[in-house]
Amino acid sequence: MLTRLEDESEGAETGRQAPAQVIRFTFDGRPLTGRHGDSLAAALLASGVLRFRVSPVSGAPRGPFCLMGVCFECLVEIDGVGNLQACMVPLEEGMAVRTQGGGVRVVAGAAGTSEAS
Amino acid sequence: MRCDLAVIGAGPAGLAAATRAAEAGLAVELFDEQPAPGGQIYRAVESVPAARRALLGPDYAAGAELAAAFRASGAGYRPGALVWNVDSTLDIDFSQGGRSRQCRARALVVATGALERPTPLPGWTLPGVTTAGALQILLKAHGCVPSEGAILAGSGPLLLLLADQLTRAGAPPRAVVETVPRGRLLEAARHLPAALGAPGYLAKGLRMIRALRRAGVPLHRHATDLVIEGREQAEALSFTAGGRRHRIESGLVALHQGVVPNQQVTRLLRCAHRWSDSQRCFLPVLDPWFESSVEKVFVAGDGAGIGGAASAALRGRLAALGVLRRFGALDGAALEQEAGGLRRRLVRDGAVRPLLEALYAPSAQVLAPADETLVCRCEEVTAGQIRQAVRLGCPGPNQAKSFLRCGMGPCQGRMCGLAVTEIIAAERGEVPQTVDYYRIRPPLKPLPLIELASFEAAEDQPGDAPPDAPPDDRDAA
Repeated sequence: MLTRLEDESEGAETGRQAPAQVIRFTFDGRPLTGRHGDSLAAALLASGVLRFRVSPVSGAPRGPFCLMGVCFECLVEIDGVGNLQACMVPLEEGMAVRTQGGGVRVVAGAAGTSEAS
Repeated sequence: MRCDLAVIGAGPAGLAAATRAAEAGLAVELFDEQPAPGGQIYRAVESVPAARRALLGPDYAAGAELAAAFRASGAGYRPGALVWNVDSTLDIDFSQGGRSRQCRARALVVATGALERPTPLPGWTLPGVTTAGALQILLKAHGCVPSEGAILAGSGPLLLLLADQLTRAGAPPRAVVETVPRGRLLEAARHLPAALGAPGYLAKGLRMIRALRRAGVPLHRHATDLVIEGREQAEALSFTAGGRRHRIESGLVALHQGVVPNQQVTRLLRCAHRWSDSQRCFLPVLDPWFESSVEKVFVAGDGAGIGGAASAALRGRLAALGVLRRFGALDGAALEQEAGGLRRRLVRDGAVRPLLEALYAPSAQVLAPADETLVCRCEEVTAGQIRQAVRLGCPGPNQAKSFLRCGMGPCQGRMCGLAVTEIIAAERGEVPQTVDYYRIRPPLKPLPLIELASFEAAEDQPGDAPPDAPPDDRDAA
């Protein structure tokens, strides 16, 4: 889907650019990697993930649209906290990221759970 | 925490405003959601590798100077900070590092820039469909390009710029599909003589079109009836052009219909806005110093009306002069002289705008999506439902919220607002000015309750400066 430009891996162009540091994280339990300086959304997209959440209205799949913090289509759950904009969150080592189920999962889950939607 | 001037947004306007005001000795705090200065136009400009900087072009590289001047100016800088409320006494509530605090400012420059005009069409909510700006951000900030050739569809200079940049990055788009109606060029041509007065823009545009042709990127003009096909994600774009139906396959489709001011903060502050027919959006009402109808609230950059990056920086400096003028912090004659120079450059740089606005104005079809097309992406409200609500008596966007919940999802109307206004106006036979826009309320983005619970108001913060502290007495937080 997306590939990295070579300047990243070479890193010699500016003389001060060290080879990009690899950061490990998981998405729905699957181990993935990104680069230092990635937003979480960029790291997911570069790993081939397009579907970040399902619509709480219809359950339709959704993924990043604007990547600049205005569309809220890239909402994911990070380390158990929901409703986070993946395009605004810098990628960090060990992040456990999950697809955001939204209201659909709240309704489907046990009544009275405190899960945010 | 207190300051003389708060600036929201670290794009060219915000950087220029903060730099100029700090140079004059004001205590400035610049708040920005991104981790580094540059805004969207100069995103990652400080850290971009040389090869990528070269392919993005000299206009992009120019942002590095603005960022460097800002870094050297002594202005306070708060990256990764979300401003989620501002009241008319200029108490600014912001969230940074998982904590919400308040900064009391004596003046505010809103430099929140632009966002892309909503582009409702069938299939636009499928994963793999993005704005053109999103693909450009992936390139600028992350060095990521489509591996299979994206389709770029819509109208506006950014579409061509992105196509050119992707081609130079070795990832030419599979096709560029322009929705500019036939005959538009001829209509726009009357603005051509004026546009020639602006430095370099037309030459740059022609150069990009030639480069795309040389690279063999198919350009489909006057396209109508765009449909993005796919079930779980985008698979193809189909459209009508040249009298027949086309279908081009790609898992990445980038849409663009120009950019419009990001009005969340000025709407929140209840600044007066007026409808612009030529830009087809609302603009804040501003005086010659870029001060809004709310006292000591200034608006600079594309948020004041779309003018591009060079104009944004000029407007930022002018707004800073407006603030200094308000505070009596600069001698009148010197101020007028500096402002005069900036205004002349602004007129020259803006000379290309009437041509671009006339040429790339959204087509009638773009402004009137079919009944079954989703307009509000968050709450999944269709154009037909909005028209039905109007027939039931719904007079405007705020009532449409009660009818349909449109504009009430997490994006808070950012992605549908203008489209909803246009659809209601057309259905009622009124002008957008009468129909108006969503009322924007705090918080500007959703916040965790724990942040609100532990919120620190300005007067409660330990070690805070008294209200009449000298300008160099910075926040201790």
